[in-house]
Amino acid sequence: MKDIVNEVNISFLSKSCNESFARATISAFVAQLDPTIDELTDIKTAVSEAVTNCIAHGYQNEFGMVYITAQIFFGGHVVIKIKDRGCGIENVKQAMEPLFTTGGNERSGLGFAVMQSFMDKIHVSSKPQRGTTVTLEKFIIRRSVKNEIQ
Amino acid sequence: MSLKVKGVELILKNHELLAKLSGDIDQHSAKGMRDEIDLAIKDFRPLLLILDFGDVKFMDSSGIGLIMGRYNLAKSYGASLKIQNVSPRLEKIIKLAGVGILGVL
Repeated sequence: MKDIVNEVNISFLSKSCNESFARATISAFVAQLDPTIDELTDIKTAVSEAVTNCIAHGYQNEFGMVYITAQIFFGGHVVIKIKDRGCGIENVKQAMEPLFTTGGNERSGLGFAVMQSFMDKIHVSSKPQRGTTVTLEKFIIRRSVKNEIQ
Repeated sequence: MSLKVKGVELILKNHELLAKLSGDIDQHSAKGMRDEIDLAIKDFRPLLLILDFGDVKFMDSSGIGLIMGRYNLAKSYGASLKIQNVSPRLEKIIKLAGVGILGVL
């Protein structure tokens, strides 16, 4: 814990109207690192995907709590854990394949592909009937350093 | 004819149905947009459906589901689909799906 700069925890009921609350809250927390709009939108989009998975897949036809812990470590390292206690994923590798979905015609099956392409690192741990935790990581480079690079 | 509800403004002109989407597109909002557009496709049987993303502030992969679903429905009614005013940001997501292959971008 010694390298931690800041941390926030939120939990909310798995209602789809809370998707915008979740991504707005996490993006407000990350804003203290002075990220670019692009970096912030990457995080918002990945959080939106992970929360949607909890609501649409983890809890499916029931309601349960979604838990998010967001941490900032020294050097602009952001770690966001999104957890549900829903049905879990039988085969994580298959679930992460682009275009794979159990959700029917209206789902693109690209949730994990978006998280993978917009974040620096993603880890999924899941147990059937116990729930799923998605850990997203991104490194936000300080703006002064960015300017030096350019 | 023009109708504006739930983040989508529908404009029917000749045989073209223009659906101007606005605000955030996520799983929650996509449902309302989808219902409105589908009703209009079934009622007005356009030859061309245009989805306009010019006023969309945020979109996750639910937006891709929205495009793919409308593409399939339009096709089943003999209509084609075009999407327009896609920002570079939105294009980044859409390209993950290879929706460009559909020839609508």
